[in-house]
This record gives sequence, C-alpha cells and structure tokens, in this order.
Amino acid sequence: MFLINCPFCGEREEKEFSYGHEAHIARPENPENLSDAEWADYLFMRKNTKGVHLERWVHTAGCRRWFNMARNTHTNEVLAVYLMGEQPPKEIRDMIDGKKKS
Amino acid sequence: MVDTYRLRSPLAHLHLDARAHEEADISGTGVVMKEIPYRGLINIRGDAADSAFVDAVQKAVKLSPPVDANTVAGKANTTRIMWLGPDEWLVITSPQGADRAMKALWKNLKTDGLHAAVTDSTQARTCIEISGPRAREVLQKGCSLDLHPSVFGPGQSAQTIVSKVAVMMTQTAAARNGDPTYELYPLRSFATYLWTWLEDASQEYGLKVG
Ligand SMILES: [Zn+2]
Repeated sequence: MFLINCPFCGEREEKEFSYGHEAHIARPENPENLSDAEWADYLFMRKNTKGVHLERWVHTAGCRRWFNMARNTHTNEVLAVYLMGEQPPKEIRDMIDGKKKS
Repeated sequence: MVDTYRLRSPLAHLHLDARAHEEADISGTGVVMKEIPYRGLINIRGDAADSAFVDAVQKAVKLSPPVDANTVAGKANTTRIMWLGPDEWLVITSPQGADRAMKALWKNLKTDGLHAAVTDSTQARTCIEISGPRAREVLQKGCSLDLHPSVFGPGQSAQTIVSKVAVMMTQTAAARNGDPTYELYPLRSFATYLWTWLEDASQEYGLKVG
C-alpha cells in the first residue's frame, strides 16, 4: 500500500485509485493505412519497465479524474504526478533518458 | 422527482425511528447515529472560471460552487454545495427543497452558450449522520483519511472509502467541547452494510440511535 497525490484531491491511499496502464500511447491517425502488425503493436504491445514508468491512474473512489504518474516499478516510489495531456516533468524525462544511455 | 408517498429509505427495514424512541436519552453516549433520508442531491458540472456558470448557480441556490478542493459551501442543515472535482459539485438540499433547487438550477443553467450539466441523484444515496465524542475513532477504523480536526474540520469534505464503501463525507459541525458531527453519503445499496458496520464498530464506545 502506498500514497498517491491526486492532482485534484491531494494525498490519498492507493486503494482509492485504479491503474490505467502505460501513458502517452497515441491512437494512430490513420488506422486504415496500418498493417496488422502495426495495429497490433498499438493495441497490445506495452513496455515492461523495471524502473521509471509513465502510466495513467484514475481516482476511482474520489474525484474520478484521470491523470498521469511517473512511478518506479521496482520500488513503488511515486516520482511525479501530472495532468492528462501534459508531458512528464523534465527531471523525469532526464531520469528515463539517463537510464537509456547507461 | 419521485412522488413523496413512494419514497422508501434504504434503511427503513432497520426501524431506526423506533430505536431512537427507545434510546431517547443520549447523554454520556460515545457515539450517536441516525439516518437523514430523502435529502436532495443534485450533481452539477461546469467551469468555475466561467462567471456565467457561477452566477447561474448563485442565482439558483444562493451559493457559489466552492473552488477549494474537499470543502463544502453553506451551513449545516441548509442548502450546501460540496466540491466533488475541479468541474463537479453536489448540491445538497432539504427533502422539501430538492424539487425547487432542481428546477431553479435547470432553469438558470439552461442558457445558450453555457456549458453545464445538472443531474438529479437524490434517489441514489442516503445520509448517515454520526456524532459524539468517539465518532472520529469509529470512522478512523475504516477510513484512511486523516480526520484530525486540524485537517478535517467542519466544512471539510471528501469522497473516500469507509470500510470498503465509497462515500461522500463531510464534517458539518463541532460541538463546543469539540465533539464532531459527520455525514456519510453512501449509495443506497451499500447503506445497510455501512450502517451495520458502523454500528458494530461503535459498540465498544456505547452507541445510541438519535
Ligand atoms: Zn482526486
């Protein structure tokens, strides 16, 4: 059990929230032009990150709003919370980029 | 609106009125519980930054929707507006005031160019009031929020979980000695479970039905 800082309600226990899987997956503009493999990639293929993961959450038992979260899947540490439509904060992007290089 | 004579509280089968009559003397009791059924519960949605929306709500129920998260505007036992989200509120009225508030909100918010929604959810929930010197301890057994008066005092509200039940909750008042009064609004199908759970959790402090 860990605490999540809802951007609207404030800090609440994790059981009030539901997990919405990986964030920032844009629906393809022209699905009719995609191959089956490309469409399957959009529908089914997800990262299985050990470390900083960008994901969607919804405050089910509270304000029922969706938002994005950067979480370390290894330690469950919540690193950042940001609104739908926003990109992760720079320090999170640096964290992810830094990991890729190493 | 449902015809008044058809209304049936989800806790009617517990015969709380009869128990309240038997347990009339509530002095020295740790916890007092009662159901306050049939209150008007009207969900409104709109943009608090749009003065046309705020003015329309103000005109309809004489209150502005609160912009501070987890707060309620208005006094206990009068018409109030509870914050539910950044663009969503719950107007709480007396049973008698529900119809009038619904019509007034509908009339004032149904304006060209105004983006808003009004939904009557009166029948969806009931209200359980829990008060007394040990009321906070009872809730704290099933609720992970910090209910200390410095954090969750009168006028504060939350949508949260009390013993697995999603509720809208507010502290309406504190007595002069600091004893709090909370209102819980569970969905009606969860009301019996929540009532009996609260009743069980209150046993060690002494419970009376008010
Ligand atoms: Zn929330």
